[in-house]
Amino acid sequence: MASKVIHAIYIDDDILIEAVKEVRNAHYHIGEIYTPFPVHGLDKAMGLAPTRIAITSFMYGIVGLAVSVVMMNYIMISDWPMDIGGKPSFSYIQNMPAFVPIMFELTVFFAAHLMVITFYLRSKLWPFKKAENPDLRTTDDHFLMEVEVANHDVEKLTKFLYDTGASEINLIEKED
Amino acid sequence: MYTLPNKLKLFAFIFMVLGAIGMIIGFMNAPSSKEEVKELLANHNSHETVIATDSNTDVAAHEDDAHYEHVLHQMKNRPWSALYVSAFFFFMIALGVLAFYAIQYASQAGWSPVLFRVMEGITGYLLPGSVIMFLLLVLSAFHVNHIFHWMNAELFDPTSDKYDALIAGKSTWLNETSFLVRAAIYLTGWNLYRFFSRKYSLKLDETNDAHWFKKNFKLSAGFLVFFIVTESMMSWDWIMGFDPHWFSTLFGWYVFSGMIVCAITVIAMVTVYLKSQGYLEYVNDSHIHDLAKYMFGFSIFWTYLWFSQFMLIWYANIPEEVTYFVSRIEDYNLPFFGMVAMNFIFPILLLMNSDFKRINWFVILSGIVILAGHYIDIFVMVMPATVGKSWFIGIPEIGALLFFFGLFVYVVFNTLTKAPLIAKGSPFMEESKHFHY
Repeated sequence: MASKVIHAIYIDDDILIEAVKEVRNAHYHIGEIYTPFPVHGLDKAMGLAPTRIAITSFMYGIVGLAVSVVMMNYIMISDWPMDIGGKPSFSYIQNMPAFVPIMFELTVFFAAHLMVITFYLRSKLWPFKKAENPDLRTTDDHFLMEVEVANHDVEKLTKFLYDTGASEINLIEKED
Repeated sequence: MYTLPNKLKLFAFIFMVLGAIGMIIGFMNAPSSKEEVKELLANHNSHETVIATDSNTDVAAHEDDAHYEHVLHQMKNRPWSALYVSAFFFFMIALGVLAFYAIQYASQAGWSPVLFRVMEGITGYLLPGSVIMFLLLVLSAFHVNHIFHWMNAELFDPTSDKYDALIAGKSTWLNETSFLVRAAIYLTGWNLYRFFSRKYSLKLDETNDAHWFKKNFKLSAGFLVFFIVTESMMSWDWIMGFDPHWFSTLFGWYVFSGMIVCAITVIAMVTVYLKSQGYLEYVNDSHIHDLAKYMFGFSIFWTYLWFSQFMLIWYANIPEEVTYFVSRIEDYNLPFFGMVAMNFIFPILLLMNSDFKRINWFVILSGIVILAGHYIDIFVMVMPATVGKSWFIGIPEIGALLFFFGLFVYVVFNTLTKAPLIAKGSPFMEESKHFHY
């Protein structure tokens, strides 16, 4: 079934933020907003939930730390406890200072890389992905707000968006 | 304007009086002869001392005697070291705040001008702290106490039994005259900066003329250069000098990192306190968040330097360097590793979350742990060389800590009453008032 959306194009991020607030106050539903650069405060104005990616990163870091500890404990202490230059390999804690650089680096490595991959997965980004760009100008200097028409009156919605400062308003039939 | 509440004044005086009593008890309880030490040791750890039982031969008797003399020196040093550690701890907080303040000016920070008067209040302790530190150094240099081992003149005399070629070789640096001259130069330089920056900051308020801001900007940049050189030398003189056989190249940075993290913690705590009393109307939770971020970041920086110093020496295990850590790990195991937990693991877990950094009681709680941890850090830097195994955190240590805490609180909050709490002349004031992260 085809659904109708309105693409309202703005040319200034301040006007955009104000428009978002007005649209939300009027209880219209914003589908997406496309901007050429991060607009500070846009997520707050849209009422988006805060990201949890930092929490995932913390957990990945703990995984990395655990991997490094288990790996070096197995290799250096349990499997083949050699005397290398007089370093005490009787227990993990005795030789720990020598392992700290690796523990640190693996923690950072896991935290950083797995967080980035999580970001790609959650935002569905990959090399051959087809770009989802409703209007080419939004990567340059225009801001586009997609408002769902649903069962609202198109005329009234258009008028409303025009009053919020939109410089161009298009009605789009979207194929699902 | 802030007025010093009578309750706070009373609070500070009670701490000072209690602390002074504690210190006096500490000095009175220090043994004055070998016989007293023998008695003390016999009473305290009768189960441990067995050396004395088999001392039939002269050699054993001589060793025994030397042992008691050694312990006597340590016990005599204990109240002095306790005093020194606390005096330095609070002095370095004021000095660290001064450095942080200079960085804010030199970097033209836009978030911090609402906190300038708080920082100036804390650096108010710099002058009294400097006087006390200098007095302590003078007393040491005039042999009133023996906390600095190298100040023993016999070490430099080739004909003496106690001649120490290693220390004698360092005599161009380690001699009382140049030691005191250097201390005077550092202290004068730091206090001059504090005096003029405060003066210009008040002038800026009065006249609203950016000329004073520029003067302060240049002065701060110059001070930072002077500071980083003198701070490094100060840490060799005043801290590393306790272990004259040992040296470490990153020691100046290490002392600095502890200093700056304590300084920022104290700024945060005083700010939270004043804010809770209804002063500082323009300080919001973003300012607290920024300070907490600095506490977090510099705690990690401190750990980085602590570990770098420790691991390099542990790894290479060169006898002349490693004794420093051997004595600390053997005789100070709990404080030595406990402070790493307090200064690293605790802040890293508590202050990692962005929301927690905005919660006042969280900042205060982590602040208390960080400050306690860095007190122990100084303790572990000084004590092994002065009192060795005879250490304990008892009446002399706690007394000195309470005394300087009381003095610090009194001086800081008294300085805060001297000027309005908002430095309105700063060109970055508007930005700072609306700072939001």
